[in-house]
Amino acid sequence: MADTADMIEVDGVEKVFTVRRRAGLLRREKREVRAVDGISFRVARGEMVGYIGPNGAGKSTTIKMLTGILTPSGGRVRVAGIDPARERTRLARRIGVVFGQRTTLWWDLPLKDSYRLAHRMYRIPDRRFRENLDRCVELLDLAELLDVPVRQLSLGQRMRGDIAAALLHDPEVLYLDEPTIGLDVISKAKVRGFLRRLNEENGTTVLLTTHDLTDIEQLCGRVMVIDHGRLMYEGSLDGLHEAGGSERTLVVDLERELPPMVTELARTVRVEGPRQWLAFPAAQSAAPLVAALAERYPVADLSVREPEIETVIAKMYAERPAPAPDQESDPDPDPDPDPDPVPVSGG
Amino acid sequence: MRLYGVVAAGGFRRFATYRVATAAGIFTNTVFGFIMAYTYIALWDERPRLGGYDVSEALTYVWLGQALLMACAMMGGGFEDELVERIRTGDIAVDLYRPVDLQLYWLAGDLGRAAFHLLGRGVAPMAFGALAFELALPGSVLTWAAFLVSVVLGVLVSFAIRFVVALSAFWLLDGAGVMQISWLAGLFFSGMMLPLNIFPGTLGEVARALPWSALLQVPADVLLGKSTGWGLAGAFAFQAGWAVALLVAGRLLQSAATRRVVVQGG
Repeated sequence: MADTADMIEVDGVEKVFTVRRRAGLLRREKREVRAVDGISFRVARGEMVGYIGPNGAGKSTTIKMLTGILTPSGGRVRVAGIDPARERTRLARRIGVVFGQRTTLWWDLPLKDSYRLAHRMYRIPDRRFRENLDRCVELLDLAELLDVPVRQLSLGQRMRGDIAAALLHDPEVLYLDEPTIGLDVISKAKVRGFLRRLNEENGTTVLLTTHDLTDIEQLCGRVMVIDHGRLMYEGSLDGLHEAGGSERTLVVDLERELPPMVTELARTVRVEGPRQWLAFPAAQSAAPLVAALAERYPVADLSVREPEIETVIAKMYAERPAPAPDQESDPDPDPDPDPDPVPVSGG
Repeated sequence: MRLYGVVAAGGFRRFATYRVATAAGIFTNTVFGFIMAYTYIALWDERPRLGGYDVSEALTYVWLGQALLMACAMMGGGFEDELVERIRTGDIAVDLYRPVDLQLYWLAGDLGRAAFHLLGRGVAPMAFGALAFELALPGSVLTWAAFLVSVVLGVLVSFAIRFVVALSAFWLLDGAGVMQISWLAGLFFSGMMLPLNIFPGTLGEVARALPWSALLQVPADVLLGKSTGWGLAGAFAFQAGWAVALLVAGRLLQSAATRRVVVQGG
């Protein structure tokens, strides 16, 4: 086994599914779906990388290939030097996986029973297990939850419980699929803080899939964008915002109804009674804009909205020819500063 | 091995947590026991020595059926609903990246469950039955020991059947239909309704040769002292044979299902 600096190596990986569909009484139509269409990337040991894209872009398929529960149709995958599809069980002892919407915890039993199970399943030495559990309990605030049956935990508590369960065996790589989905602000902050410490102190390599750009902003030095099974972008988050020309939205509540505000730092995109929406470049700080507005207008309240991943990616398409968009899938009720958004497919 | 010990202990405790459900279950078993007991008394009154049993043996059979109903999961109620649900929702994929054997994992959990059900749902109805009727319970410790071995083998066969049935959900998308057929088959062919010994001709031959008879008919005959000596060895061999055959079938299905998930994404 070559011990290279790269923890995850993905070279020209493809995954083609054959979908059979009834097309008449007896006839069946075969159709090929390229869920992942020639992706290559590297993740260095100890790196924390965001992996984002719209629903159905191929994120989960990629993660499944990285864990070995899905075999690639083509290309080469190595995780910690291991071919996941061939040695799934050997790899399983070295990776941790958390799927936000699925749980590996014992539903009817107290949380600590699931940890006892992990202890034996991963054959963790007793002392190591104690230390790791104590640390997770402390940092993820689990002390009060250990004796509570999992079915009685809230979503945020369960998620923290799941993250701890995935880390007791000191995995070198951690895959997180939507770890903050549906969590409240406090739980999100707890989870993020924990992941940051884990990465800094243990040097755990983390691949993070999320819909929440704040996760990426706070945790990941690098982000990869996938859509239609292809890597669309790889680099810093700021770079992504620049490439997509994405904008954040400042929502301002004025003390009374006024005509659209005017400033050179942003443009007003929507007015509704005393509430106005201003769009400004995502890479730019909100502070000078807020200061400028507060000086000239009677501001009662304000909040900043991060751009949606879908919007950022849609904007990237606007810059280049889109590969045959097939359906509209942007249920975002917020005002979209883009007058003519390119539909992003959710396969 | 300790892993599977923890899983079995978990299987035991997860059912032990539902105390009210257990009490309600005991009540139901007891009520059904009484209804069936009086039905059998009427039947045996009309046809004494039916199936080679006298009345007290027939009544013992009734209460044994109630006592083993949950342990041998003759009407389901074990892990299979959960496994089918995990296959349907795709959660099964999460199970695949853990370093654990799927079949052994579920088997260990089901043995824990069966142990709980034998104690929690088996002992009480049997005791009620013994108080209310004159049962033909054996005096010999050896017979009881042989009976326990037979019950364990019965649980193994029961698990193996349900595992095969549950895995069919990989190909059928919805496992509900097969589960229902399996439930009906279990109810009738285990001898839960009537002892398989009383069925004449080919129907009886076939019913007694099917794996379900390992769940109740065989343990009952062991307890009633109908299988002794070579007959007892034969009874054990019959149960063990079905257990091995069905466990192997489950294992083959499991690797086919895993291949399917790994290639087709489930």
